[in-house]
Amino acid sequence: MNCDLKEICKDIRCDIMTCIGHLGVGHIGGCLSLAELLAVLYFAEMNIDPAEPKKAGRDRLVCSKGHAGPAVYATLANRGYFDKKELLTLNQGGTHLPSHCDMNLTTGIDMTTGSLGQGFSCAVGVALGSKLEKDGATIFTIIGDGESQEGQIWEAAMFAAAKKLDNLIGFTDYNKLQIDGSVAEVNDIAPLADKWAAFGWNVIDVADGNDVEQVQKAVREAKAKRGSGKPTMVILNTLKGCGVQWIVDLGAGNHNCPVSEEQAEAAIHEIRGE
Amino acid sequence: MEMRAVYAECLAEMMEKDRHVCVLDADLSKASGTRKLYDRFPEQMFDCGVAEANMASIAAGLSSYGFKPWIESFTPFATRRICDQIAISISYAKQNVKVVGTDPGISAELNGGTHMSMEDIGVLRSVPGVVIFEPVDEVQLRAAMPVLNEYYGCVYVRLFRKQLPTVFGEGYTFDLFKADTLREGKDLSIFVSGFLTKDALEAADLLAAEGISCDVINVHTIKPIDKETVLASARKTGAVLTIENHNVIGGLHSAVLEALAEEKIPACAVGVQDRFGEVAKMPYLRKVMGLTVEDMVAAAKKAVSLK
Repeated sequence: MNCDLKEICKDIRCDIMTCIGHLGVGHIGGCLSLAELLAVLYFAEMNIDPAEPKKAGRDRLVCSKGHAGPAVYATLANRGYFDKKELLTLNQGGTHLPSHCDMNLTTGIDMTTGSLGQGFSCAVGVALGSKLEKDGATIFTIIGDGESQEGQIWEAAMFAAAKKLDNLIGFTDYNKLQIDGSVAEVNDIAPLADKWAAFGWNVIDVADGNDVEQVQKAVREAKAKRGSGKPTMVILNTLKGCGVQWIVDLGAGNHNCPVSEEQAEAAIHEIRGE
Repeated sequence: MEMRAVYAECLAEMMEKDRHVCVLDADLSKASGTRKLYDRFPEQMFDCGVAEANMASIAAGLSSYGFKPWIESFTPFATRRICDQIAISISYAKQNVKVVGTDPGISAELNGGTHMSMEDIGVLRSVPGVVIFEPVDEVQLRAAMPVLNEYYGCVYVRLFRKQLPTVFGEGYTFDLFKADTLREGKDLSIFVSGFLTKDALEAADLLAAEGISCDVINVHTIKPIDKETVLASARKTGAVLTIENHNVIGGLHSAVLEALAEEKIPACAVGVQDRFGEVAKMPYLRKVMGLTVEDMVAAAKKAVSLK
């Protein structure tokens, strides 16, 4: 798809602000940190068709850090999976857009996630399914850094390597913050790249996971590793709340925080550089 | 024939017919009777190692790709250990996964208290969407397996591994959601699940000799319980006895009483009295847990006396 990914990132961030601002509260920090990755995947690298969201053999994304649902919804809406007006229904009674991703409610969502650690295992199952069907799909999955404290992540890591699932590409949103504080202070996961390598994965460390060019280069590099007999983990060093300074400044407090419509409006100006 | 051998034979038939049927294990395929299927179905058998949570969620992922996974482990590890994965990855996400727990309740025998799940039905009965099925013999298991495979959704199968006495004869027809009335009487309704069913019939014989005639109804599917059959029988006899190899809290007794909540019908329970298991062979365990035929007869008389 021919488009300006940097502009797409701005659109995604603005729509995240709009829908969370309209609601008044949400998982804003970990949504904003993912804009570049989601833009690269849905607008450049994934084999998908919004007109046929359940097409057999399509690439899939499992957002295991399910609380980033609003970021995925903003991306899907911009990509044409559903009307952008629907974003304003986030978390309202009867919505198709719940706080955490739900494959049975939202067009374009490939897996239900929210109980941390589980989505990653589900993605491994999806990748195994694709291998068995020999359909050539690539399965992408996003985990959080705090989520990486779940034992199930490492159970799945071991299995994916043992079964040589080189059609699986994982991303760690390594923004270094979790609800209770910094990941390093709460229960450190470092050295993260060494851990994934030790579990038998290819590892690509991206210095700035909010630089769209670095992210796209890493995704292409990861895709090229099909045939290596190993799954690939892309560690994205990101900034939680990236794009809106006062949200970044909240630090760990930006995991799930109040956002007024006025704040959202001001943030949109900031994102647009106006 | 051992129940696990029947189970494995049925799985093989289903896998032969449909390459989307697959089995995931957590290092217990020898115990489950499925080890020998690995050579025959290399693309349908997956050993996840000692990692049950991962196994459950992988199965959900496979289901989302159109596969029909069965996952298996010992009963405590197939239920309470992975309750959240069954709840969210499988049932909440509306995935098609069959969960098989072997060695229910006291049948874990020499593995002892850590492996003796008395609460598995209670744990999963509280999770929306999970069907709970406990076969009583080879005939019923054979009849049930293809039905379970075709049912889209999460079913927990509480599987006794070893040989069981035959309860059902030739011509048995299985309905997943319909309890089986094995004997009809007028004084007491006995609702029984699992391997104790044959003994419940023996207890009913002893009671008949003393002039107490019983309905004996095998509730093979504890959730959703066949409320219609339970209500009809209980209203007819006016007294209830439940018999189960499970804690009396959360299992069949609770399910039957929930069905009868608006009725004024006395009910007694033969089951594990809210305690953990312990290591021993079956005869000792039945005695210490109050699961003998004599316990059944005594509880039956008490229920009738409460009318």
